[in-house]
Amino acid sequence: MLGFESRVATRFLREGRMQTVLIIVGVAAGVAVIAYISALISGLQRNTIEKTLGAQAHLTLSPRDDVVLAARSASPGTSEMVQTQPRAQRPRSIGNWELLVPLLEAMPEVAAVSPMVSAAGLAVRGEASKAIALVGVDLDRYDRIVGLRSKVVDGTARLGPGEGIIGRDLADDLGVRVGDRVGIVTGGVSDSLRVTALVDLGVRELNRRTVIVPLRTAQSLVGLPGGATSLDLTLVDIWSAQTLADDLAARWPYKAESWQQANAQLVAALNAQSVSTALIRGVVLVVVVLGIASVLVVSVVQKRREIGILRAIGATQGQVLRIFLLQGAIVGALGSALGVLLAVVLIWAFTHFVRGVDGLPLFNITLAPVLALRVAAIATVCGVLAAVAPARRAAKLDPAQAIRM
Amino acid sequence: MNLLAVATPPDPLIELDGLRKSYNLGLPNETEVLHGLSFRIGRGEFAALIGPSGSGKSTLLNIVGLLERMTGGSYRIEGEEVNGLDDAALTLRRRSTLGFVFQFHHLLPAFSSLENVTLPALMREGRITPAQRERARAVLAAVGLGDAMGKRPGELSGGMQQRVAIARALVLEPPLVLADEPTGNLDTASSDEVFALMRRMHAELNTSFLVVTHDPRLAARCDRVLELVDGRLVHDGAVSGPAK
Repeated sequence: MLGFESRVATRFLREGRMQTVLIIVGVAAGVAVIAYISALISGLQRNTIEKTLGAQAHLTLSPRDDVVLAARSASPGTSEMVQTQPRAQRPRSIGNWELLVPLLEAMPEVAAVSPMVSAAGLAVRGEASKAIALVGVDLDRYDRIVGLRSKVVDGTARLGPGEGIIGRDLADDLGVRVGDRVGIVTGGVSDSLRVTALVDLGVRELNRRTVIVPLRTAQSLVGLPGGATSLDLTLVDIWSAQTLADDLAARWPYKAESWQQANAQLVAALNAQSVSTALIRGVVLVVVVLGIASVLVVSVVQKRREIGILRAIGATQGQVLRIFLLQGAIVGALGSALGVLLAVVLIWAFTHFVRGVDGLPLFNITLAPVLALRVAAIATVCGVLAAVAPARRAAKLDPAQAIRM
Repeated sequence: MNLLAVATPPDPLIELDGLRKSYNLGLPNETEVLHGLSFRIGRGEFAALIGPSGSGKSTLLNIVGLLERMTGGSYRIEGEEVNGLDDAALTLRRRSTLGFVFQFHHLLPAFSSLENVTLPALMREGRITPAQRERARAVLAAVGLGDAMGKRPGELSGGMQQRVAIARALVLEPPLVLADEPTGNLDTASSDEVFALMRRMHAELNTSFLVVTHDPRLAARCDRVLELVDGRLVHDGAVSGPAK
């Protein structure tokens, strides 16, 4: 199939060697830029999201805010002038949270659920005291949410009665090491914990404030026996968080906040980045298409006589059309293959030579095979599309005139 | 030149009746270049088409070769009216019935002699069978290019290139070969050699030839001469006299 067309197309390309090499290199450069930028941006976004969600739930369920209700409803036909003071929010438990956990775990979108009691407090050691965010959790469940054990920088993550895990910057501020005791004060209640591990949660502010204690300890410190102030969820697909949050908020009388809502600015920045990347990719593709088209237009002019000969000895218009479409496809495919290789080299160079202040790679980027294949396929299709106009022109050449050239 | 009138061939391969060709049709500067030509060429004929420059020889040859469309009259190939056929049908007809030899050889420079000769088969079927390749080799050997099959046109002399073109025109054994000044670009020796080759292939394959030439010497060696002046056929006759 296409034996004649492919033979002539490859021979034409080989004949115009320098032109062919230049356009293949041009396509390769375009494909490399597209593949590299796509991999870089997706690596950067993945890294940013991983860092952001490394110490966060994908979705958090908590009680709705306390609101002040009017003492009585207005009588029909009357209007009332009421001034209300917003109520100060106090720690409250999610009603029936023990029943909610298995219901949430049964959802296909949900990977893990962890009850939590959180409150503000003070950590005290000697004369030093620091404001803290107290987090009471079940260690195994919480580990599935934020991968706590992998963030331990000293000691062993363990949350037995009277034990706690603290952020490493807080440990520095208080002069605490693994095995030391720290006093915790919330409201009028205080307790003392033995530090079992120091963790690095990836964000300095969190490292400076986080104190993780057993759920039961937090319940008694906050004054919510048997309660949980929130349920943290990890999802199979992080991008389903908003949909699920809307769905849960509509179905249940709880506040459901997705990680996107909690990080609205970040999401806006990521979206802007994605749009910019798409624009760059679009512009590069247009340049690639124009490059291929211009070379093939020149080729049609140069090959007028050959086209005339082929038509005279029996080539159909369709065959001539396919010869030039194939040239576009071949140039696109070869350029794509070379471009993907070039992108791999660029990515390797980035991961090996671009380092952060700590000497470690800034973040990992890889060229996913699916992305490479997609970029290559798009470039090849663009090669064919770029060839359409020159190919039509070649097919419509008047053979008698072309031969006279 | 001694010319004698000839009778209509008994088995006409092509038949032209009142063929007209105008350029800029319908425009104020419309020009008719062929004015109602009628003639037939039979199977196995070897005819020359002569005439001064601008007389319409190339236009006539292009129309006979289905490379240009006529604007009036009738043209039948093997009894089929081709006036009005669409481009695809004309191409298929050209492929099955006609072979071309041009003045400037018109080989594809990127292909070897053998590849140039196998192109018509490749074009027709999308592949070349061993039998077709053997046939192409045999035709090239017959035109004296058995040793130059792998050479590209740029590596061959003008005469050799024209022989490759003749081999390409004949490889699928079309009933009619159209040659446009096939020796016009060659020196006398090469010219004689190429013409002799065409006569030999004509004799061996019984292929009809219509040869456009300016050279009265070569025209005299054809069986029949058609003379065109200002788009009109002023003579159609057999040749007598010198040996062919």
